[in-house]
Amino acid sequence: MSKRHEIRLSGSGGQGMITAGVILAEAAGVYDGQNVVQSQSYGPEARGGASKAEVIISDQEIHFTKATAIDILLAMTQEAWDKYSHDLKSDGVAVVDSFYVKEVDRPGVHKLPLAQMARQEVGIEMVANIIALGAIAGITKVVTRESLEKAVMSRIPKGTEDKNRQALEIGFRLAAGV
Amino acid sequence: MSKQVALLQGNEACALGAIYAGCDFFGGYPITPSTEVAEEMALMLPRSGGKFIQMEDEIAGIGTVLGAAAAGAKAMTATSGPGFSLMMELLGYGCMAELPCVIVNVQRGGPSTGLPTKGAQADMLQARWGTHGDHQAIALCPSSIEECFTQTVKCFNLAERFRMPVLLMMDEFIGHMREKMTIPQPGELETYTHPRPKIKPAEYRHFGEGTGVGGAYAAMGSGYRFNITGLTHDPKGFPTNRADETKWKMDRLRAKVADHLPELTEVEREFMDDAEIVIFSYGAAARTAQQAVREARAQGVKAGLLRPTVVWPFPDQVVTEALRQARAMVVAELNQGQMILEVERANRTHTRVLPALRYDGEMITPAEVMNVIAEAAR
Repeated sequence: MSKRHEIRLSGSGGQGMITAGVILAEAAGVYDGQNVVQSQSYGPEARGGASKAEVIISDQEIHFTKATAIDILLAMTQEAWDKYSHDLKSDGVAVVDSFYVKEVDRPGVHKLPLAQMARQEVGIEMVANIIALGAIAGITKVVTRESLEKAVMSRIPKGTEDKNRQALEIGFRLAAGV
Repeated sequence: MSKQVALLQGNEACALGAIYAGCDFFGGYPITPSTEVAEEMALMLPRSGGKFIQMEDEIAGIGTVLGAAAAGAKAMTATSGPGFSLMMELLGYGCMAELPCVIVNVQRGGPSTGLPTKGAQADMLQARWGTHGDHQAIALCPSSIEECFTQTVKCFNLAERFRMPVLLMMDEFIGHMREKMTIPQPGELETYTHPRPKIKPAEYRHFGEGTGVGGAYAAMGSGYRFNITGLTHDPKGFPTNRADETKWKMDRLRAKVADHLPELTEVEREFMDDAEIVIFSYGAAARTAQQAVREARAQGVKAGLLRPTVVWPFPDQVVTEALRQARAMVVAELNQGQMILEVERANRTHTRVLPALRYDGEMITPAEVMNVIAEAAR
């Protein structure tokens, strides 16, 4: 990888987009040894409202800290897709939740049952963000699986390791089916 | 011990820097986007034997910090615009009573409650002139997570040495951004603690020798008797109305910064050797400027960057010289034009000075700065 990768993880406040961004940044920066900048934007409310986290990964020094030409976009809600997909590059990769995002205005979008798999297989929708990370890493190889797993384990609450490991596994499985 | 590389938020790095510097007291009131500084300090201070107190508001918060400083602690608080405004009166008390402490302002959009979760650099002149009366200010401005750590350490060093409140003017962009950094090992960065007096208590004058910079001073309760007050005072700290003593005190306060400008001038230079278009930028906006300078160079424009990391006192001499060298200077900042006023004041050569401003809560982009560079190059 010899370029700047701009990744945007978007959804609704409370869906764990910022946590996912931090995990992805830690995987790329601390464990894969890349340069990384992670930032986010959210409203004053704790839940609801569109929320996004951005991660820039590069083997060069990163100066400008914001994402403006998106290589990889995750949208967990229709509102997030509508609001945050406008600057996805034409050759960018888009992953959306197939339950919450119904209308996408471009071809080639990966519609994956992220929330549904979280509910059915893990039993809690809360881990949909981790499934999404697994899917993104599986599809794009933007971080290694080993590093992502380490980062997930270092950033989740104690006692939830099994559920999160399972979620990551589901994500990579979904990616393999793409 | 192996070097620890961590992914840190600017606010976390600031708190870690404070602990590294020997901070043993935090008093304050949480406010977005600075809250993580208080959260981290609340976790770490009890472990390192320090004290954390959350007060009823920011006025009380800075009050506890000044009290702790008088009692010999390395004290800090962290806030954002609305809280910074509330702290202005006691900031002046800290200047007058010469109390070393660190005040962190993670700037957000204003005025008033403004944009709690979005960044700005709109308190830059408030940092200089927000409290009333003639006074000096020392303020630092970090552009990266690593600088949030190292500059917090430096703020404590300067506060201890100059015996005054020192401001760390962060912003939401840097405060909430994460980058990886290698945590400095103990001893790797300089940490300064002011000497304590060794003379007999009867001979001690709290505001005695010279300007007090780098000198010894006592903590309250250590056996040395002195008074502190916001009123103009004599060398023992007792209120005075006398013109000669007033002038002595005011000259002392001014000289402690004015007589040490070289030590307090810290400006990062990039591509400045042959620069014709110089960008002046600081804090989060400087990251965009760094990108724009490189893009301009790639297009054949001889652009350079001046990035002050100490913003107050303003680096007059460096800016005046850069303006003499340059065809034009572009000032990139996240407000309606604040530090550009200082740049214009330092402009002795009628060099063109152009603003590149953004104040809608979003980060200025390289393209926006490039447009102004193109205009400057015409």
